[in-house]
Amino acid sequence: MLIARVIGEMVSTEKHPSHVGRKALVVQPLDLDGTNRGDPVIAFDAVDAGVGDQVLLVTEGFSAMTSVQRPESPIDMAVIGVIDRIDLDALAQTPAAHRK
Amino acid sequence: MILARVVGTIVATRKDPRLEGFKLLIVKPVSPEGQDESGYVIAVDTVGAGSKETVIVVSGSSARMAEGCKDKPVDASIVGIVDTVTVNR
Amino acid sequence: MFLGRVVGTVVATVKDAALKGQRLLVVQPVTPELKETGKRIVVLDAVGVGAGELIYWCRGKESSFPFLPEEVPTDNTIVGVVDELHLC
Repeated sequence: MLIARVIGEMVSTEKHPSHVGRKALVVQPLDLDGTNRGDPVIAFDAVDAGVGDQVLLVTEGFSAMTSVQRPESPIDMAVIGVIDRIDLDALAQTPAAHRK
Repeated sequence: MILARVVGTIVATRKDPRLEGFKLLIVKPVSPEGQDESGYVIAVDTVGAGSKETVIVVSGSSARMAEGCKDKPVDASIVGIVDTVTVNR
Repeated sequence: MFLGRVVGTVVATVKDAALKGQRLLVVQPVTPELKETGKRIVVLDAVGVGAGELIYWCRGKESSFPFLPEEVPTDNTIVGVVDELHLC
């Protein structure tokens, strides 16, 4: 799973039948320092997340499709949690030489 | 599987019900020599790993083979705590 | 899933039997701001999209699921046409 931020919503009419009735979010995966990690992606919403929320993004098929109750469908990503808190204590204590 | 180091925790109250009771840890890949590598992943802890420990992480669909992860929405899981790594080269 | 724009087609006569009758398209990945990003890829089409359309596609084993029970060897498949993107 990755940390991501919901930055928008996508509307689509012509799509695979398994996608009907599911909210599609535009989410920006994040690095641990809060910067963007690659380009935004489209993920289905399993937890009623909203724009601005920091979320758990699952990037594996089975997890994604079952979390939105659409087994055996072409879904590779889903938002499966809304993050309350991230604790990064150990990272801050890493010697600078070991950071990348 | 990759070697990684536990660098943090994630708390999420609103989540897929199948994730309830799992500890979500943030791990960073490390080289066999213990050097941090780029990137990170959020993994489910199935072995009771602690902060800063070096662990073994399984990702992809194999992550669900870990203890208690069957049919759960898990794409990375911690399946071992590393005692030592020996590299001959 | 990822955003992209349909920029071309691929014609191949000799191909895996399960790919017969499938449309092979070239997609340019784009950002939500519709800027081009990354390399263009060859994808299958599960919804019937047109040239130049803004689409979203699915990656990995899941991308073969629209064609079940037929097992089509694909790793990227267009699964929807984008009507609107609402960004903040």
